[in-house]
Formats: sequence, C-alpha cells, structure tokens
Amino acid sequence: MVEHTAARQTKRFDMATTSQPEAKLTARQDREKVILVQEIHKYYELGETRVHALRGVGVEIARGEFVTIMGSSGSGKSTFMNILGCLDKPSAGRYLLEGVEVSSLSKKELATIRNHKIGFVFQGFNLLARTTALENVELPTLYARISKAEGEKRSREALALVGLENRVAHFPSQLSGGQQQRVAIARALVNRPSILLADEPTGNLDSRTAVEIMDIFQKLNDEGLTIVLVTHEPDIAQFAKRSIQFRDGKIRRDEPIQNRPRASDVIKNLPTLED
Amino acid sequence: MDLLAIIRIAMRALARNKMRSILTMLGIIIGVGAVIAMLGVGQGARETMQEQIQAMGSNLLFVGAGTLTRSGMHMGWGSTKSLIYDDMLAILRECPAAHAAAPGSSSSGQVVFGNDNWATRVNGTEPPYFDIRSWPFQQGSAFTQNDVEMSANVAVVGETVRKNLFGATDPVGQTIRINNLPFRVTGVLAPKGTSAAMGDDQDDIIMVPLTTLQKKITGQPWLRWIMVSAVSRPASYAAQQQITALLRDRHRIRAGDDADFFVRNLADLADVADEAGQVMTMLLASIASVSLVVGGIGIMNIMLVSVTERTREIGIRMAVGATEDNVQKQFLIEAVVLSLMGGVMGILCGLGASYAITQTLGWPVLVSPLVILIAVAFSMGVGVFFGFYPARKAAQLDPIEALRYE
Repeated sequence: MVEHTAARQTKRFDMATTSQPEAKLTARQDREKVILVQEIHKYYELGETRVHALRGVGVEIARGEFVTIMGSSGSGKSTFMNILGCLDKPSAGRYLLEGVEVSSLSKKELATIRNHKIGFVFQGFNLLARTTALENVELPTLYARISKAEGEKRSREALALVGLENRVAHFPSQLSGGQQQRVAIARALVNRPSILLADEPTGNLDSRTAVEIMDIFQKLNDEGLTIVLVTHEPDIAQFAKRSIQFRDGKIRRDEPIQNRPRASDVIKNLPTLED
Repeated sequence: MDLLAIIRIAMRALARNKMRSILTMLGIIIGVGAVIAMLGVGQGARETMQEQIQAMGSNLLFVGAGTLTRSGMHMGWGSTKSLIYDDMLAILRECPAAHAAAPGSSSSGQVVFGNDNWATRVNGTEPPYFDIRSWPFQQGSAFTQNDVEMSANVAVVGETVRKNLFGATDPVGQTIRINNLPFRVTGVLAPKGTSAAMGDDQDDIIMVPLTTLQKKITGQPWLRWIMVSAVSRPASYAAQQQITALLRDRHRIRAGDDADFFVRNLADLADVADEAGQVMTMLLASIASVSLVVGGIGIMNIMLVSVTERTREIGIRMAVGATEDNVQKQFLIEAVVLSLMGGVMGILCGLGASYAITQTLGWPVLVSPLVILIAVAFSMGVGVFFGFYPARKAAQLDPIEALRYE
C-alpha cells in the first residue's frame, strides 16, 4: 500500500519536471508582489464587547513564495487567512491582491476573485458528499466562464497532478483522508489560482500522510505556485520557505526558514505502516 | 453559470433525497390534481347545461301571463286572465322575427291506468309545440290539429309518467283516466331529463289538446303561456322586442305601466346558466387551490430544512467562487423543479381523477388544454413564490460561518 503511494508520487514528480515553460515564466515574475497587506485591523462586535482580532498587520508576499503562518488559537491567524482569502473584509487597512485593492470590492466581485485567483484547502477537506472526486474538482469551473468540456479536461488534469487519475469516479466516503485532501488540492488548483491558501491542511491526517501532502505542496511551489499555509505544527511548518508568527493580532516574527527539508526525503526515512 | 447546469445540480440534489422530494411533491400533486379535476367537473357541468338549453331550443321565447297581486297576495305567474289565443295569432301575423308559436295552459291532474295512479301536470297545447321544443317521440305520435278542433280526449305522456303508470305495457292505444275522464294515449315523448336550468323533471308531464284542457278540465279560456320560436337564435332578441311591443299594444298598457305578461328569452337563460356554471367552477377551483397553497408551504418548509442541512455545501460553493446570485438561483430552481415536477404529475392525477369521476358518477368532465397550461404556470409560480425566501436565506449566509457549520 505504502509502496504503491510512493510510486505514484514519483510519477507525479516526473509530470512536474516536464512542465518547464511554466516554471520559467514564474522565474521572471519572481519579484512581483502577489499579496500586499498594509496596517490591517479587524474588529468583531460581540454584544457589548469589541474583539480586536487583528491589530495592524502588514506583510508582503511575492510570487513563488511558500509562507507558513503560525500562532496559537486566538492569535488572529484564522482571521488573517479569511481576509487573505477574500471571505472577509478588513475593518481598516489596505489589502492588494495582484495590485487590486480588494477591501473596496463588492460581494459579487469578491466571489469572482475567490473563483479566479484563490484556491482554498481546508482542514476538514470540505468536499461535497455523494459527489464524485471529479465533480468536486469541477465545482469551481462551474462558476467560471469556461465551457463544461474545458472544465472537465482541467479537472482531470488537476486530479492527475495530485496522483488521483484512477479515482475520478470515487465518492469522498470511498477515499482515505489523504486522498480526500488531495482531491481538495486538485479542486483548489483547477482554476489556476494566483495563490493557494491552506488552513491546517494536515490537521486531520496522520503524520505520514501529512508529509505526503507537504510533498505535494513543495512540488507545486517548485512550479511557481504561491502558497500560504496556516498550521500550528512546527514539523509541518519547516517545509515552507518563510515563517510568519502571529500573537495577539500582530505579527510577532517573520523570518526565512533555514535548512528546510524536502518532504520527499522525509517520507523515505519515515517508518512504514508495516514496521 | 448556465441554466442547464443549475437545473442539473438541482435535479441531483433532489435525487439525493428521493423520498423527501416525492413527499414534498405530493402536496403539489394533490393541489394541481384537485384543481384540474374540479375545473373539469365545473366545465363539464356548464357544458351539459348549455347542451340542455340548446336542446330546449336556444331560439325559443316564452311568453307567460303576468303576475297578479290580489288583496296584497301575490298569485304567481300565469294568474292574470290576460293572455288569449288571439294574442298568439297576432304574434304569428305581426312579428316577422317569430317563426312558429304554440299556445298552452296547464292544470294538475290525477292520472289512473289500471291499478296504478300518478299525480302530474297536465298541459294543453297544439301540435306545433313538439316541433318548437324539438321534442321527439319514442313511441306513437302527437295528437293532430284535428284533435284540437274536435276537443278530442287524446293524450301524450312523458317518460316519467309512462314508467310509473305502464311499466312494461305498451302505452300507445291504451286508455287512461285524467280527473276521471278517459283519454286515449297516442304517443310517448322521448326522455328529456331533469332541466339543468330549472331543476324540474321535464318528463313528468301529460300533454293534451288545448281545447280539451280548456273545455273539459279547467273550464277557463285563457292561456297560461305561448311558446314562440324565433327564425334564428340572433333573431330571438328582435322577436322579444316585437312581441313585447305588440302585446303591450293589444293589452292597452300605457307607457310606464307594468305589463300583465312577460317575455323570456331562452338565450338570456343560457347566459344566466352559463354564468352560474362559471361561478360554480370558480368556487370548486378556489377550494381546490387551497390545497395547492398548502403544497407550496410544504415546499418552503422542505427548502428551509434543505438550506440548513446544506449550510456547509453553500459555504464550500461560496468559497470556490459562487456568488450570492448563483446560490440563490440554485435553490430557487430546486424549488421550481420540485413544484413543476409535482405540477406535471398533478396534471396526470387530475386527468385520472376526471376520468374516474366520469366513469363512476357518470358526470361529464371536461379538461381543456388552457386549464393544463394554467396549472403548469401556477405550480411554477408556487415554486418561485415559496422557494424565494429559503433561496434568499441561503444566498445571504456568511461563507465563513457556513464553512464552520457542523
């Protein structure tokens, strides 16, 4: 079983290395800022009390970066992710996504931005039950201006990219946790977004599967995809290139990660289920 | 996102909860079915009434002797001694719109044949009466004009009288006694049934020559009514005016005074009956449509449950780029698909019920294509109306909250 998974990942790795032109393109745009956040505040009114979730956060994320956001619960990292994902608007401050001022957009325009520019991966996978893997991946294409045939073609490609080309007709209940999360990643990628936002993507997975998911993220990042990942596990965070730490609604630390390991190497040293 | 894709998603969502969808549809099925069946019954009844009035002769005019009030007592129509045989001759002579006419007077009588007896109405008239009313004979024939001139003791019996007096015996040529006078039966009228317009049994009758009735039974020379047929149906209004003018003149009624007779146009009667039929149809349909509203509320209820149940799905859809509009459309179309499918099945049930009513109760049922069209449109309207609020609720969910919903 484990041997089988490893074999599939090698295959995917081959696929990743074949798409050279795309990698060159992203190298040229390396300097470009995908995300520019300036002095963002967020308050919630909870009855009488006012909760200050973000107290002036500023950050720049360039194309091709792999950022991990860490912090204890209540540190404001989830609120920050919701704002980055255009699910929420900041109470004050500026957020530019690929140069577009997002905080002034209407709900409808935000939905379009989520559809075109953002791919979400959640802790709980959030796949539609009783809907096949393929149809789950197709979901974002239904809301984009692309044909049904094109949507299906892209969905199959995305599923192949995460090594699930043989599971297209399976329902989520027939897939393992790791496979479900890979379907979710394929869904996040299908509209070719500018950034991938992952909120505790490994929280519901065992350590080996978690590393496998990080392996997928690293390879996608190698191809030029910008990734922002929220996690509270340092083991997982170490696979990223840059670490941002939140505490009490502020950025506490923002530093590059030294000596980051390759997830594919880590998997080899992990004990297999047979041990 | 094109409509076809949304409809496909809606169908799939409904197929996921088959039992629930079918039960929800049942409300609409019963509602639409009831409306269709009730409209069908109403239409059928209306059509039957029209047919019966047509059978009575739609170009028929009925001239009746007027009402009389004596010492404050209302005596009912026909109580004035004003209408005479010469009036009828004058109508035939001077009203160009009148085609034929038959005089009449009536009395009630006890009829005896063998050991059986029957109380019925005895009308005196002349042979043209049967033509004017287009009333054929099932056995024998009418008495002749000669019988009228001779005041012969001959009679024609209606179906109800035949059934009650003769049973299996052939009545033609038999002698019956009316108020103790012997009469020879010359014919039996074909059954006409209960009059839809008036509600009385038209077959419970005996017709004798007018002169026989006047001289031997009532002893009075006046007429109670004159039956006139106009040259055509449109001409019946002209005939009505001509007869009214003529008789007012003949009876020397000054302008402004009430006439001592009345002229009733059966075309009017047809209109009144038609209106009554329409009122009845609307009444039945409005009662049935209450169940349609109840069905609509069922849809709303289930859609609300569905929105709550699928909060997470809505959150996911919004996260991957569905706009409020997309979500609202999805749920609205789901409700419309539900009600429309219910509507179509309801039509089939309604048609089935109509057929069953025709078969078991023998009522004519008429379902027009327009009614079906209205039913489809109405069930769709129900879906839109009752689906709007749940869909709105779904669309206004906060994606963050929806994604967190357990």
